[in-house]
Amino acid sequence: MSQHSHGRDDSAKIADHHHIHSELPSDPALRVKALESLLAEKGLVDPATIDAWVEIYESKIGPRHGAKVVAKAWVDPAYKQRLLTDATKAIGELDMLGGQGQHMVALENTPGVHNLVVCTLCSCYPLPVLGLPPAWYKSAPYRSRAVLDPRGVLKEFGLELPEHVKIRVWDSTAEVRYLVLPERPAGTEKLTEEQLAALVTRDAMIGVAKVTA
Amino acid sequence: MNSIHDMGGMHGFGRVEAEPNEPPFHERWEGRAGGIVETMSFPPGFPGDRFRYLRETLRPDLYLTQSYYEQWLYVAEQILLEAGMISAQELRDGRPAAGEAKRNDAMRRDVVWDYLHDRTHTGRKLEQGPCFAIDQRIRARNMQPEGHTRLPRYARGKIGTVTRHHGGHVLPDAHAHWQGPAPQHLYTVRFTARELWGEAANARDTIHLDLWESYLEPA
Repeated sequence: MSQHSHGRDDSAKIADHHHIHSELPSDPALRVKALESLLAEKGLVDPATIDAWVEIYESKIGPRHGAKVVAKAWVDPAYKQRLLTDATKAIGELDMLGGQGQHMVALENTPGVHNLVVCTLCSCYPLPVLGLPPAWYKSAPYRSRAVLDPRGVLKEFGLELPEHVKIRVWDSTAEVRYLVLPERPAGTEKLTEEQLAALVTRDAMIGVAKVTA
Repeated sequence: MNSIHDMGGMHGFGRVEAEPNEPPFHERWEGRAGGIVETMSFPPGFPGDRFRYLRETLRPDLYLTQSYYEQWLYVAEQILLEAGMISAQELRDGRPAAGEAKRNDAMRRDVVWDYLHDRTHTGRKLEQGPCFAIDQRIRARNMQPEGHTRLPRYARGKIGTVTRHHGGHVLPDAHAHWQGPAPQHLYTVRFTARELWGEAANARDTIHLDLWESYLEPA
């Protein structure tokens, strides 16, 4: 069956479902509560498992994982080389969660090149190294303009790049996930890897900020 | 499908508003919604790409006004309704129909971590070699599929250069519609900002997309 007719079959079914959805509570908190209890009673979800999932994203997975990768690349040139050649493998060496970071690519910022990551079609994000995406990353203003007007978007984050810097925007249209390797700030020669990691922000690893000392 | 989710290049949504010290979840229900979607029982063989496709089928006015986790809820409901795992009546009532047997195979809490670790393997070995080479000029096809696709409208018909080959990957256009993984070679393609947006764009800037072989033709 062609993709076109599949699309049409789906639209009829989906129109039916739209009707059902319009009868559900408009308050999402009530709607979630009803769905959770329905699914729990049917044995389709275990509320204790939901607790565990929430706990993982509240306290176990976040940008500090990505910051470790960046700091290691700053202090260890061989690691940096491996990261830029095969980020999936290099990040795997640090034994962190795989998940949506299965196929990773690291993008190196230099004085002449600045990388910026977006997902214009949904909100693909390197979850294992950065945790859950911030609301702005998932928002229409960012998704629509990061590709069209990256310099304007960066200005809204307070980052004004000189004309001569090349901007490379990466639209995450497949399962490849991108991590920006920011420039190491000047004056940090004496810091330990751990101290360096503490300087690295989520925004710098998406490419909307620089790391400052 | 050509709907509102395909936002690249649009105007009118205003400034990007970043919230300082944003928590993972703004309200408790957001975490519950996320947890339901990620840990609930799925229909057997459910293709992950269908999740994205179903989100795209949300009515455009709702897509723009509902929050991210509300949209996840819609998708979860849609998946379970489609598969007949819940009925519309049960969803309205918030409780199972009388006499329904309870399943006992829901994901247990001790396997969540491993589950998050193991999913999303979209790489596939292909017998046939890639059609396109690094540095080759290609044109993204001008196509308007009614179903799911990962070729954004802003790149269609535009000329770019292949910069990387990722091997075979599951094709979302087929997978989202239960047509199997149908893997194809996946490439990173570089487009100049000027090719996409015209002469007013900065001549140094480039936009890079990951595109499947059937999205491309030689230029």
